[in-house]
Amino acid sequence: MRSIFKLLGQRLALGLLSLFAVSVIIFLAVGMLPGDIAQAMLGQSATPETVAAYRAQLGLDLPPLTRFGHWIWQLLHGDLGVSLANQRPIADLVSSRLGNTFSLALLAALVSVPLALLLGMLAALYRNSWFDRLLNTSALSAVSFPEFFVAYILILVFAVKLNWFPSISNLAPDASLGTILERSILPVATLSLVVIAQMMRMTRASLINLLASPYIEMARLKGISQSRIIFRHALPNALAPIVNVVALNLAYLVVGVVVVEVVFVYPGLGQLLVDSVAKRDIPVVQACSLIFAATYILLNTSADVLSIASNPRLMHPKG
Amino acid sequence: MSDNKNKITQANHEFSFPRRDFLKYSAAAAAVAGAFSMGLPLGAFAAEATPKPGGVLRLGLAGGSTTDSKDPGSWADTFTFVGFSAVYNTLTEIAVDGTAIPELAESWSSTPDARIWTFKIRQGVTFHNGKTLTADDVVASIQHHLGEKSTSAAKTVLGDVAKVSANGSDSVVFELHSGNADFSYVVADYHLAIMPSKDGAADWQAGAGTGGYRLKDFEPGVRMTLERSPDYWKPGRAHFASAELIAISDGAARVNALVTGQVDVINKVDLKTVALLKRNPNLVIEETKGAQHYTFPMLTDSQVFLNNDVRLAMKHAINRETLLASVLHGYGLVGNDHPIQPGSRFINTALEQRTYDPDKSRFYLKKAGLDSLKVRLQASDAAYTGAVDASVLFKEQARAAGIDIDVVREPADGFFSNVWMKQPFTTSFWYSSLTADRMFSIGYAKGAAWNETHWDNARFNQLLNAARGEMNDPLRREMYNEMQALCRDEGGAIVPLFASSVAARSNKVVHGGQTAPYGELDGLRVIERWWQA
Amino acid sequence: MSLLKQVWRAPLSAKFGLLMILLYVLVAVFAPVLAPFGETQVVGGGFEPWGGQYLLGTDNLGRDMFSRLVYGARNTLGIAFLTTVLAFLLGGLSGLIAAIKGGWVDQGLSRVVDILMAIPQLIFALLILSVVGTNATSLVLVIALLDATRVFRLSRAVAMNVVVQDFVEAARLRGEGLWWLVTREVLPNAAAPLIAEFGLRFCFVFLFISALSFLGLGIQPPTADWGSMVRDNAVLITFGDISPLLPALAVALITVSVNFVVDWMLHKSSGLKEC
Repeated sequence: MRSIFKLLGQRLALGLLSLFAVSVIIFLAVGMLPGDIAQAMLGQSATPETVAAYRAQLGLDLPPLTRFGHWIWQLLHGDLGVSLANQRPIADLVSSRLGNTFSLALLAALVSVPLALLLGMLAALYRNSWFDRLLNTSALSAVSFPEFFVAYILILVFAVKLNWFPSISNLAPDASLGTILERSILPVATLSLVVIAQMMRMTRASLINLLASPYIEMARLKGISQSRIIFRHALPNALAPIVNVVALNLAYLVVGVVVVEVVFVYPGLGQLLVDSVAKRDIPVVQACSLIFAATYILLNTSADVLSIASNPRLMHPKG
Repeated sequence: MSDNKNKITQANHEFSFPRRDFLKYSAAAAAVAGAFSMGLPLGAFAAEATPKPGGVLRLGLAGGSTTDSKDPGSWADTFTFVGFSAVYNTLTEIAVDGTAIPELAESWSSTPDARIWTFKIRQGVTFHNGKTLTADDVVASIQHHLGEKSTSAAKTVLGDVAKVSANGSDSVVFELHSGNADFSYVVADYHLAIMPSKDGAADWQAGAGTGGYRLKDFEPGVRMTLERSPDYWKPGRAHFASAELIAISDGAARVNALVTGQVDVINKVDLKTVALLKRNPNLVIEETKGAQHYTFPMLTDSQVFLNNDVRLAMKHAINRETLLASVLHGYGLVGNDHPIQPGSRFINTALEQRTYDPDKSRFYLKKAGLDSLKVRLQASDAAYTGAVDASVLFKEQARAAGIDIDVVREPADGFFSNVWMKQPFTTSFWYSSLTADRMFSIGYAKGAAWNETHWDNARFNQLLNAARGEMNDPLRREMYNEMQALCRDEGGAIVPLFASSVAARSNKVVHGGQTAPYGELDGLRVIERWWQA
Repeated sequence: MSLLKQVWRAPLSAKFGLLMILLYVLVAVFAPVLAPFGETQVVGGGFEPWGGQYLLGTDNLGRDMFSRLVYGARNTLGIAFLTTVLAFLLGGLSGLIAAIKGGWVDQGLSRVVDILMAIPQLIFALLILSVVGTNATSLVLVIALLDATRVFRLSRAVAMNVVVQDFVEAARLRGEGLWWLVTREVLPNAAAPLIAEFGLRFCFVFLFISALSFLGLGIQPPTADWGSMVRDNAVLITFGDISPLLPALAVALITVSVNFVVDWMLHKSSGLKEC
């Protein structure tokens, strides 16, 4: 047990270090972007005088290192700063969107992860049957269309033709849980269709791969039933790659859904981040990236720890 | 994100106003003001049909961004324009017929040289936060955009203003650097919203205006909710009980939202879908032909385009009709290489429309001593949706004239900072302009900040200055006519297209039958002018 | 068993997949011969109907749809294939090496990858492409780098399970070199999930490019590319117009085909003989 805690501690420390590295990289990358917020905000109408005034007002004329140091210092005091574009506190700006993003990801995960694992196991169990092929082909077809295409098709069928669900998911701040659920159905369906295929196929592939191992052969020779072999003997050993893929897809549900947000007009973090990159609103980009990075690192670390914990050989390395 | 095509400052009302003798009009306005005790020109506000009060107006709008703010100086696109136009009033309003009518200014007058302007402020108007409107509020609101430290998009709109001051509590005096006959139109710019003053400065953070609607909730890039102000001073306006603006940047999502009835009105309809939308009996397409136009600026001081014959060759190598049909699906008008829109009161009707003529193009090339020409066109959809497509079409058309255009697609990001006005041949657009003077002054005058072709024509610059202070209308028209000819035959900009704004509404909302012939959505005043069916 | 014989014995789905891939490759290679018109050539009015002079009609600018589809095969497949191969060379190899070497090599590589992966893909691509400019080369390099991190994670995870097995230990004790360990001991036993991943990665590259196009940073017009062709006309779907379906179907068909073949190879390499 102690080694697990030690592992966790190590991973968390590394995670923090990664976060810092991410913020440095983002800061540098945004700094390298052509133009700055003054030019981006003023667009075609920028004149040298207004740009200069804008820069001075926002402190952009300070050296980058000073600005970065200032930002980190504030962050360590729990202050995310204010948006350069509209002077709103970033904490306010981010908090409601963060909730939306997480609830969308959570709903999509609740639908897709169990479904993908189940389908993957069934496919492995009945591999090469018609069921397996049908599943495989439909999963592949679903995943081979761009997200926005899937979304538009779902909108066409369920919003425009059948009028069951709204085509846009704008959420008022005082929306009831029922409204939120109703409005989230189409985005959740789109996201699920996109992520299920990869998780399902990985589950199936890892399981089938293990089915060739001698110990499975042994179990089979002992006359243990197919389903028992899969659930009891193969699954635990196939967990590592599956957990990894699940973690990647969960992370994707949080950080990669900009396109779905745009199509369904869902007020999530992705849109904020893209807008802020376009306007060079560095503090907002930093804050969002940090949140995304933290989410990712957390999921990833848990996947790592889980897959190590699930494999006794990794848990107790020789020597 | 491709929506940062805001040419903010010159963006105002595009129109041609039936021009009357300016001073006479001011006097008339004053007379009207005198005739009614409240000073309300009722006739101007009355609508043809009887509006039905109540209901909710839901707008699905392009042009909202998470970086939007309540600061009027930062308003950059339709979402904030339309929303805040319902919250705030300006000194004057541009009526549906294109004239400046009193809004928060009851009346106005100017010195004969149009250099000093006095606006009389309407009395008894209160802000949503309870404060009573005084001249100080107006001065603070205008000064918000002035001064060296100003980052306001309206800074250049007010470039003429030398000084603004209160004269008592009910009038405001503007002193201009030089005469501007159009100044009563300038102060109708939505950026110049009148805000309550606090400690001598305009208090934009309060979000309190004198308009028909109170700001209930504003989430930048997401939504704005407005509630009718119970004691709106303007009669015959603001019929909806509330309004909800939803920012929808994806064109397909906007159309879907309208078709499924989640919103009542959308702007910037994807032109591909207009014909299909028209088949829906519940929807109405609203086209506004305006001054928004697309250009291919050629830098007149660059090596390639130094010779005017080369520029003329380029201008003859483009097929405007084809561009209109494919890029705009017919929703617009062809341009004649000058920025004054057809239908403007100053349009030069004697000027022949330039057409696609590869032979003439070759002729001018030969005149410039060239057999063929190879140029690089740096295009970006940052200018307008379809700019790259238009460039590709241009490339194909110019081939017949022996001109090889190499279309290079530039990222939208930073296009206007890094490519436009820096590279010899690019794509650009002008959202609209308040007046002919303003359009010429900002885009074509020597040394102007957005003289996108680096053009320097002595005769043109001289005419521009003369026309600005000219109070005699026929004379002024003559000058503007000559300037259009100069642009067309010597200027650096190819102006192939004037683009309409195309919006769509459900038949659940209606308007008085006539909408403003400038700007989007009834001159941006859709919220206070329309009502439920 | 010769390759031809193996193909002959392959299941129907794999044969179909191989045929399709072959067809696509031929179309891609011989695009200039097959296409009746040029890639960006404006040949007629906008939205001409199907049939007649233009097999699949024309697009909004009056370019021949069929020709654009054919050229699209070349651009889309070429870029996606190149990107995927690059990603696997980079990510797959370093993943295996990290797993075999362990220690600081593993730690170092893993941390670098963790950091890269912790930055949202789209944002990372957005930033880099904005800095270096969008063209085919930078697109391939950026997406390959991003994908390589995913491949690294997977190949490392899979290889980790292999390297702790006794035969690897034995080879190590025999004193085999790194290259031997990678190619002879670990790779064959980690191949199955990696091959499966290759197929999926391949289509993710399409999808990623089309997502970038959605945000205005993908393959740039006037180049014909299936992702942007879908994007440009997607709004028409609402009105029951099927023209955006064509390029989307083209992408779907190649994706399914590639994965059919991948499945077959997976099946063969898994050593499952009984079914």
